[in-house]
Amino acid sequence: MAKITLKDLSHSYLKTQSSDADWAVRDVNIDWEDGGAYALLGPSGCGKTTLLNIISGLINPTKGDILFDDKMVSNLNPVERNIAQIFQFPVIYDTMTVYDNLAFPLKNRKIEEDKIKAKVHEIAEMLELSSTLSNRASGLTADGKQKISLGRGLVRSDVNAIMFDEPLTVIDPHLKWILRSKLKELHQKINRTMIYVTHDQTEALTFADQVVVMHEGQIVQTGTPVDLFEKPKHTFVGYFIGSPGMNLLPCEFKGGDVMLNGKKIETHTKVKSNNFSKTEIGVRPEFINFSSDGIPVKVLSVSNTGRHKIVDTQSQSGKIKMIAKASEDIPSGSAFLSFKKEYTYAYGDDWIIE
Amino acid sequence: MNKTINQKAWFFVIPVFVLVAFNAIIPLMTVVNYAFQETFGNNVFMWEGTRWFKQIMLSERFHASLGRQFLFTFIILFIQIPLGIAIALTMPKEGIGVPICLVLMSMPLLIPWNVVGAMWNIFALPDIGFLGHSLNALGFDYNFTQQIGDAWFTTILMDVWHWTSLVVLLSYAGLQSIQPAYYQAAEIDGASRWAVFTKIELPKMKKVLTIAILLRFMDSFMIYTEPFVLTGGGPGNATAFLSIDLVKMALGQFDLGPAAAMSLIYFFIVLLVCWVFYTLMMRNEGNQ
Repeated sequence: MAKITLKDLSHSYLKTQSSDADWAVRDVNIDWEDGGAYALLGPSGCGKTTLLNIISGLINPTKGDILFDDKMVSNLNPVERNIAQIFQFPVIYDTMTVYDNLAFPLKNRKIEEDKIKAKVHEIAEMLELSSTLSNRASGLTADGKQKISLGRGLVRSDVNAIMFDEPLTVIDPHLKWILRSKLKELHQKINRTMIYVTHDQTEALTFADQVVVMHEGQIVQTGTPVDLFEKPKHTFVGYFIGSPGMNLLPCEFKGGDVMLNGKKIETHTKVKSNNFSKTEIGVRPEFINFSSDGIPVKVLSVSNTGRHKIVDTQSQSGKIKMIAKASEDIPSGSAFLSFKKEYTYAYGDDWIIE
Repeated sequence: MNKTINQKAWFFVIPVFVLVAFNAIIPLMTVVNYAFQETFGNNVFMWEGTRWFKQIMLSERFHASLGRQFLFTFIILFIQIPLGIAIALTMPKEGIGVPICLVLMSMPLLIPWNVVGAMWNIFALPDIGFLGHSLNALGFDYNFTQQIGDAWFTTILMDVWHWTSLVVLLSYAGLQSIQPAYYQAAEIDGASRWAVFTKIELPKMKKVLTIAILLRFMDSFMIYTEPFVLTGGGPGNATAFLSIDLVKMALGQFDLGPAAAMSLIYFFIVLLVCWVFYTLMMRNEGNQ
């Protein structure tokens, strides 16, 4: 049990680095509170797995420190850090039985036979593997194998943290739900820090209390699912989370005001600086309404999802998507849109202006 | 799916059939022909039935060379397989070292058999060869042309030098195909190096090792050129393995009938051992 701190952490797989793109992970500063359920969310190749492997000790970072409860662990190996990790693809020991697979991490740590037996049976029960315990592990299906991998991560009760690297990739969709709620349930029961890497926002938002969003090697935002939705700190969070994602429109900053096509837009906070090469205004489709006066648009298409309607519109600054109630009448042809001020943000060089 | 019936397709099989007939079936049938008959030349043959087979099966000479053959094959397998795996484990997994090691490893495999024999013959000569001379200079009484132990030692050393690379390359390929996640998981699970080897690497190498053992068994069981050039089967008959003995019988003594019978017995032993071995190794695969 420990609080995990990453300080000024950067990692590159190259020997020399000339630009930001050469870093797989850069300038990461984050505290993972003890007992938290975290999701590490980001697209493929954003550095999630690298970050995870750095925490577990499989990779030595190029720069920066890792602390467990304010104690340096940068030079310790995974066993000394006492971390459990579950990988994307099932890793099983072919020649062993399911029981021996689950008992393996405990046997390596020279734990008494009785305790191993009790623990393995408990975990097998939870993962519904009890009936296959004496079978050879190599004979199982892909989800059976992944359950073993999960089980091996969960049998040790004293770990500092359990890390999941997209563990449900190979699992059937209906089982995904079951296993995910199992993990959630387990988290409440054993109260260990859990870090769950995924590129699937639903998975992240349902599993975690805190979601950490990564983009091009950087952590762009850490917060509750609601935070990420209501106040994306980076344009990437805006369009990566939510369906459809945030509308981002090029705009101008003029004397503290945000101007969209010469028209002043009320935003959450005033803009103080003007020193940006890229300036945008961001608003989620959920926070846009039709109104009698506002941004002139042309309605392009309406798709009804049953619960609500997604309306595609074309403004002079680009396409704007909005979500309307299923019962709402959608004007055809020209219309005006207004943005909810408290959920409309200005972004300078992709970062929120506060 | 409906299959079109067209007997003309058989014509396309003819080239392969002819080829196989000329390089395998017809020569083999010639041997079968000799094995059941006696001839004094001039194309005159007399039916002998199973006489030559009985003679070979009961001959002490055949028993002795068969025994030598099995002993040799088992010794080189016991050395080459573990040694090959050990070398493969120490080879670099990435970087400039990989091609260097691979080329170095392939070199012995590219040298023709009789050149290997000649090389080792000269290398091991007790008076002028580097190996032979050095051993004698170090106080060992080494002479592979006269002492049985030395002849075996040199023959085995030569085969290990020539063929361990094959085991190395196959094992290396097997090792390279193991996903990094297996090693990472083992590290997380706190597995010892030995456990990683026995629980991950060895099971994952099972298939390539099966191939390696089979190939090395067949090749060493049929070995001819290298010991022939190195020791000529001597001193005496000490290193006369099955092939060498067979050639002595067929071409040296011109006993075509017994030699043909011996060839067939030899052939069936190789076939049988390979089949038994392969079946045993693959037996577990069916359960999975």
